[in-house]
Amino acid sequence: MSSVINSAEHSAVAESRPGRFGIYGGRYVPETLMAALVELEHEYEAAKNDPAFQAELAGLLKDFAGRPTPLYFAKRLTEQLGGAKIYLKREDLLHTGAHKINNALGQALLARRMGKKRIIAETGAGQHGVATATVCALLGLECVIYMGDVDMERQELNVLRMRLLGAEVRGVSSGSKTLKDAISEAMRDWVTNVRTTYYLLGSALGAHPYPTMVRDFHRVISIEMKQQILEKEGRLPTAVIACVGGGSNAIGAFYEFIPERAVRLIGVEAGGRGKALGEHAARFSGGSPGVLQGTFSYVLQDEDGQIAATHSVSAGLDYASIGPEHAALHDSGRAEYVSQDDAATLDAVVRLARTEGILPALESAHAVAEALRIAPAMPAHDILVVNLSGRGDKDMGILARELKL
Amino acid sequence: MAIHFDHKPGLVVYLTAGDPSLEATRAIALEAIDAGADVIELGVPFSDPLADGPVIQRASERALARGTRLKDVLGLAREIRAARPSAGLVIFSYFNPILHYGLARFADDAAAAGADGVLVTDIIVEEAGEYLAEMERVGLAPIFLAAPTSPDDRLEAIATHSRGFVYAISRTSITGKQQSLTTDAAALVARIRRWTTLPVAVGFGISNAEHVAQVAEFADAAVIGSAIVELIERSTPEASPGAVARFIKGLHLPQAELAR
Repeated sequence: MSSVINSAEHSAVAESRPGRFGIYGGRYVPETLMAALVELEHEYEAAKNDPAFQAELAGLLKDFAGRPTPLYFAKRLTEQLGGAKIYLKREDLLHTGAHKINNALGQALLARRMGKKRIIAETGAGQHGVATATVCALLGLECVIYMGDVDMERQELNVLRMRLLGAEVRGVSSGSKTLKDAISEAMRDWVTNVRTTYYLLGSALGAHPYPTMVRDFHRVISIEMKQQILEKEGRLPTAVIACVGGGSNAIGAFYEFIPERAVRLIGVEAGGRGKALGEHAARFSGGSPGVLQGTFSYVLQDEDGQIAATHSVSAGLDYASIGPEHAALHDSGRAEYVSQDDAATLDAVVRLARTEGILPALESAHAVAEALRIAPAMPAHDILVVNLSGRGDKDMGILARELKL
Repeated sequence: MAIHFDHKPGLVVYLTAGDPSLEATRAIALEAIDAGADVIELGVPFSDPLADGPVIQRASERALARGTRLKDVLGLAREIRAARPSAGLVIFSYFNPILHYGLARFADDAAAAGADGVLVTDIIVEEAGEYLAEMERVGLAPIFLAAPTSPDDRLEAIATHSRGFVYAISRTSITGKQQSLTTDAAALVARIRRWTTLPVAVGFGISNAEHVAQVAEFADAAVIGSAIVELIERSTPEASPGAVARFIKGLHLPQAELAR
């Protein structure tokens, strides 16, 4: 039998570590989960190369989720800003209201293929939870969603949607009561029920193979985007802009453009309400490399390696770490990461709603805010593609309060 | 010094350092050793203990709220080592605090404090290259967890890279679930022994004399964590050392009988 470690040399062990993006990624989990992660890695590889699996997924993405999503030219916004042409990739038009359904469908089909009948997931803004509850209803799978108490309160509409769809929503009252704590609680469930349960992780985070698998399921975003912009403009965009929480919509929107060196890739983190630790979720400007929840990436942490609190008006970006592939793209300089604060984000919601009649999710509005910032100074022949990852219906409570509607 | 279990079953006691205070943890550890604990695992409190149940989560929160830092835990290890030279002493942590402290610096300081070994909950053997090199450099025993779900090739790697003892997880769970032992544990220990002559300690969900007696039938030592951490939570700081000592004596360990 071959050994897990092929060599007694420590350096060789280090070099053989799976699931790395540069130095980032890997697997930092309790041993109990390792067999399940290895099984998942193998099953995913098999499914990826199985035409029947891919055909079923493509069919559901088309007829159930509503792909391809349009690439929409925001004419009035472009004219108002007077600079680069702005296109919106309309992931907000997908069934359940955000890009999350791409990954939820892929992983749920994988879970069924693996014979797992119980699905668990974490959710921040609730969009991944709703997508997971939806695909579980579609496939007849038991569904338990972990959600921080703070997020349950601020995204109540999504809690109700999950319950209506037949999912059990379990509130998490530990730590900061947000996405990070929901992930920890989902991992605790998985450790306990690993033999029967599939963990449907919702972002490009966590231990290998999740960051790769989740990226692959969202890669369709940039595949369509590239084809659509070539059809409409006959050339590639100047920049692709996406918000980054864990980073699933951003990596999906970036991926096909990574080899296209002329295309700028801009990730927008949550600037929150201030620069001090605890007031934002800008991992690249405020964090440093560390290990959180299974992966090595940039982490907001204090001087003792304790994970810092975060703040964002958007629950989906309110997380102390970031997907490891983004960490590698950041260090290599291939992608740029900036932040937009709560106030600029709320302005962007209003601006897009009143100029184009599109209500973006608070998460996605961070990317819109960055486009609003940079477009005016760009020449008119430049093209910005903003990944509009979700719609803002879920945020009406927050918007009503913040905007005094 | 060094980790040894002279009688079967040996006892490993986990304490969250700094809960309710560093002074209290010191007093509890010394009483636990005198009552029969062979090894003390000093837990470094972490903000996101995803392998732990509510009892150790709460203890970690209390310890962090009091400002307990990794360097404080190493200082506490030094004091326990000075007071009880022959007891086994293991630093138990999640990886990020150690990584942030610096792997080499941690290895130097833990060895200088007199620790015998280190157990990192979220380090698996594949990711342990640099960590193992540092442990070896300073002569600390890396202790790995083995799970009922670990296949044979993983158990081989875990057993051959562990020093001191191998920690067998009694069943698939987070810490602190208090039910009866399953057949998972005995089967796992038997599988581990195919790869190593190291002692095997069984932990997770061990909370009373009956469990310890069951473990004695197939393993070398029992690990008790949450049951003792919960006892500390329910006691006053002043009463905790005595309460923990009485709890350990109530387990009827062979070495405790000898000591009387």
